[in-house]
Amino acid sequence: MKHSQTETVVEPTGGWRFLDWRELWAYRDLLWLLVWRDFVARYKQTILGPLWFIVQPLLTTLVFTMVFNRFAKIPTSGIAPVLFYQCGLLGWNYFAQTFQSTATTLTSNASLFGKVYFPRLIIPIAGVVSNLTAFAIQLLTFGVIYVIFALMPDGLGAAHVGWDIVLLPLVVLQIGLFSLGAGLWLAALTAKFRDFVVLATFLVQLWMYATPVIYPLEQVPAHWRTLVALNPMTMPVECLRHMLLGTGSVGPHLLMLSLGMTLLTVVSGIFMFKRVEKSFVDII
Amino acid sequence: MSQPIIEVHGLSKCYQLGAIGATSLRDEAAAFIQKLKGRAPKVDKREFWALRDVSFDIHPGEVVGFIGRNGAGKSTLLKLLSRITEPTKGHAIMRGRVASLLEVGTGFHPELSGRDNVYLNGAILGMTRAEVRAKFDEIVSFAEIEQFIDTPVKRYSSGMYVRLAFAVAAHLEPEILIVDEVLAVGDAQFQKKCLGKMRSVSSNGRTVLFVSHNMGVVANLCSRAIMLSGGTKVADGAPEHIVERYIADHEESVAEVTWARDNPAAGTRRMRLCSARLRSDGEIRTQVEIDRPVELEYEFELLDHRQMATSNIQVSDKHGVLVFSSSPPSLELEPGVYRHRVEFPADFFNDGLYSITIMLLANVTLHEVVVRDAIVFAVHETGAGREQYGGAISGCLRPKLKWHASPVSVPGI
Repeated sequence: MKHSQTETVVEPTGGWRFLDWRELWAYRDLLWLLVWRDFVARYKQTILGPLWFIVQPLLTTLVFTMVFNRFAKIPTSGIAPVLFYQCGLLGWNYFAQTFQSTATTLTSNASLFGKVYFPRLIIPIAGVVSNLTAFAIQLLTFGVIYVIFALMPDGLGAAHVGWDIVLLPLVVLQIGLFSLGAGLWLAALTAKFRDFVVLATFLVQLWMYATPVIYPLEQVPAHWRTLVALNPMTMPVECLRHMLLGTGSVGPHLLMLSLGMTLLTVVSGIFMFKRVEKSFVDII
Repeated sequence: MSQPIIEVHGLSKCYQLGAIGATSLRDEAAAFIQKLKGRAPKVDKREFWALRDVSFDIHPGEVVGFIGRNGAGKSTLLKLLSRITEPTKGHAIMRGRVASLLEVGTGFHPELSGRDNVYLNGAILGMTRAEVRAKFDEIVSFAEIEQFIDTPVKRYSSGMYVRLAFAVAAHLEPEILIVDEVLAVGDAQFQKKCLGKMRSVSSNGRTVLFVSHNMGVVANLCSRAIMLSGGTKVADGAPEHIVERYIADHEESVAEVTWARDNPAAGTRRMRLCSARLRSDGEIRTQVEIDRPVELEYEFELLDHRQMATSNIQVSDKHGVLVFSSSPPSLELEPGVYRHRVEFPADFFNDGLYSITIMLLANVTLHEVVVRDAIVFAVHETGAGREQYGGAISGCLRPKLKWHASPVSVPGI
């Protein structure tokens, strides 16, 4: 018989707790298996599964081009509207999907949580990772469209991929962390108030207009920019635009602000989530 | 003796009745406005102590069976020790790796193959990939599904599904194994195999905590039994004595029950059991005569939406052996209250104690609500049909059958 030194204490825990890193590390295999389960389950049964991640942003881009560019005449920094919107949706969709999957963590896994213990945070973290596949597919689609435009005479205009594309993983990391934080906040609130389930979908829709997805940040009056950059999604979207299209206004103080807000959201989100997760199964 | 592997001190769990379930923002806002107006909000503050001040120590290698009626606190205790929910008071210390098996096949994904699910389920139960890999062949051969291991589990028969799920759990190697009633699955042969596995787990010096309604299994498998009643520990000792006491307590039979609306043991958000009663000769009784028909009747409520629904009963004898189960056909039902009634004929049961488990089924097969031993009754001999024989007539049932006796060849005539 193996002798392990693990000692588990079951007791009421009061107050606020943060992450138990050692425990999360011990369950790292579960994290990878869940990511892999999401991947297999999503792509095994349908041909449309992966196709959907190409079609959905393309259709959205088309609608945006018609409505916001042709009708509303919102400028796109001299970039072809299709490239502009496709790039904006890249970061935005990753946020929207991860935010929603995190927000429904507790309610959609209630039966699992009621039967077995593992660190609950593993589930949302797995969501952050597995939504990266959709992001990768979309990035690839963007690449194809970019090449098509490059082959057309003067198709790209001023657009060019910058050297700073090497920093793309850091931007994705920031989006991932922020989606996790915001999603955990909502998950915690959903546990107490059912209404917030509906709110999540609605919130994402509104939030997009507060983020420079369909308009460039430079169109925002200068004295408003700091306010818009308080939204932690503003800088990542602009950064992606800077990396992939060579436009987008990125400044060091706006970046610091955005990173600060992201950290604040994710740390407070984890605290909120940890507070409800322990008694969640009692109220479902 | 060595240091106990599990120490439980004054463990208690309190649920707020009436406040169960998430509230809506509107209710909360209304309560807040009431508060501002200086009126005390009407908050239902009834408490329900599912477990109250339970203490015990368990030493390495012990196999402890927890017995008790519905609502005695067994499941709550296992949930607390499995860390699914937190205690309200008290604490427990567990020295060693804990694996709990409160349900078979937790986290199985229908689209994934048997192989994939073994890894996934193993990880959910706390195994690393390397540990599962090392045990993989053993798990598959234990489950007897070698040829289907790469088939998606949605194509498995329910027997195969359960065998695979139990096989994964059985090959966990924790120092402490917590098991809730999962042996009540699979066919008899597989159950035997599971029991054998549990025995070998304990003979390896590991500790097993085990909830069962099958007194035979508790008496056979466990080295110690703890009986809970109303959330407190009422007896602790050698299994034979505790089982005897449990059966004796059962003599206080139940012929009529009504479940509170918010009793989580009798309902979910989709369906709930309202009440049940047993009648004989038109009266509600716990003691019935062997040569009289008996009638069981219960009401249930379908809460959310129109769906296929029905109920099912399982009748067990005093040893917890399932004698038979029966069910009316499923019907497409609108939300509302429904009554099911069934008549057991006269001269059907043997004498002794029987208990009836009532289940509510949604969509034909999903066990939405299971109330174990909802009704418990005793059948008494009246001497009818006995002739001169005075001994016990063995068997789970004693049906009166149509016999034909005729001479074939009698040399004397």
